[in-house]
Amino acid sequence: MAVRVQSEAFDVGVESARMTKGRRDVGAVASFVGIAREDNPDEGAEPVIAMTLEHYPGMTERQLEAIEAEARARWPLLDCLIIHRYGRFEPGDPIVLVLTLSSHRQVAFDACQFLMDWLKTKAPFWKQEETASGARWVASRKSDDAAAEKWSKPS
Amino acid sequence: MKILYFAWLRTEIGLAEESASPPASIKTAGALIDWLAALSPGHAAAFEKRDSIRVAIDQEFAELDSCLSGASEVAFFPPVTGG
Repeated sequence: MAVRVQSEAFDVGVESARMTKGRRDVGAVASFVGIAREDNPDEGAEPVIAMTLEHYPGMTERQLEAIEAEARARWPLLDCLIIHRYGRFEPGDPIVLVLTLSSHRQVAFDACQFLMDWLKTKAPFWKQEETASGARWVASRKSDDAAAEKWSKPS
Repeated sequence: MKILYFAWLRTEIGLAEESASPPASIKTAGALIDWLAALSPGHAAAFEKRDSIRVAIDQEFAELDSCLSGASEVAFFPPVTGG
């Protein structure tokens, strides 16, 4: 179980191999890689040249660890890894990695999706996009709030 | 008390962090916003968009009516957009 906040790139193959090495109990590895993309979701907006991710050192790690602990409490995970990068990225650059290991696929899939949905709304990162006409801070999306909300436990 | 700003709050105020000593009458994060807004025109402009501002007290998400009691670090930022 690990959380890493770093500027350096990561290699999903290397991380996955390292986590499964020597184990005989892993039946499923699910991975999600979030990548900086060029197209802008706003209608008619200019393509994204680059984006810069800023974060809140200290709180970021605490939040990611809390999100990971919640996933472990909800699913029988054998292991999991969250890597989130910060700094300046161009379209095509990987930004975030979530890996989940379990005995069976459904747990790995569900926990991986949960981790990403919660991370999007609970980890203190902010994106600034650069286009030909300048830089702008990305606004949060209601669809991300809805995705996180669907994992709320009935009270 | 250490005050931190992120994303457009940081760029509009022109500071990533500052040290502040609000009077004892400032008891909530919202009251702290009103007090900080009076520090400079940049602060006033940034804090005007109150509905778009989120707060963390000692690195935990909080609400604008959350109590500051004993807080050593308060951060202001827009809704998060990572992932």
